[in-house]
Amino acid sequence: MNAIRPTETSAARPFQAPMPATWWLKKPSYVLFMMRELSSVFVAAYSVVLLVLLHRLSQGPEAFEAFRSGLKSWFSIALHLVVLAFALLHTFTWFNAAPQSMSVRLGEKKVPPHLIAVLHYCAWIMVSIAVYWLLTRPAAP
Amino acid sequence: MQKSPEPFFWSLFAAGGTLAAFLTPILVMLTGVAWPLGWAPARTMEHASLHRLVSHPAGKFVLLVFISLTLCHWAHRFRFALFDLGISGGRRTIGFLCYGLAIAGTLAAVLVLWKS
Repeated sequence: MNAIRPTETSAARPFQAPMPATWWLKKPSYVLFMMRELSSVFVAAYSVVLLVLLHRLSQGPEAFEAFRSGLKSWFSIALHLVVLAFALLHTFTWFNAAPQSMSVRLGEKKVPPHLIAVLHYCAWIMVSIAVYWLLTRPAAP
Repeated sequence: MQKSPEPFFWSLFAAGGTLAAFLTPILVMLTGVAWPLGWAPARTMEHASLHRLVSHPAGKFVLLVFISLTLCHWAHRFRFALFDLGISGGRRTIGFLCYGLAIAGTLAAVLVLWKS
């Protein structure tokens, strides 16, 4: 007889009201968390732009010129500025969380957490300079 | 006991997140803001110079890894953001769609770089 047996769920778990999808709007720290998660969308969107750039590049100088002139529109520059803002949010939150996700030891001593973050920022500046140099250097003679 | 695939997906997420943290800001700034506004040298976006970079095996490798892992980073983070927003059904479908798109992007990058 199934009817007289209490169902497992009703006996074991108290009622839990479902969270509304807007729960993260309640606190600034929740909003920042959601923006951090959302940054991945913009990071991926740029990788798709890069993919299109490479595709147009492979089609030859004329196709690339058409793509390149599109980048000069105000619409494109505004979109890239939004992407840049989210990319920077990703970088800052990623490096600030780095001490929590990695524990570095030098011999007996543990490297202080803030030093790990600082080293990430230093490395980031050096990598950015290297990429800038690589992409803007004069053509080889 | 069946092994969970999550540590594998998490490692792709972490690798992609690290690459994006180091490289995405300077690339967006250079190609999407500084060059269009004339702040960067004109040769930055010249077909010949970029072609030289892309035709080098190391250039191809870095670009492929960057595109693929940043897409995997997105797949993982976006999947869990949807769950955090309260989507309870279709978790498997969402997973397949997210990682499917990341794999599709990777294959597209392989094809494009192969031709370059």
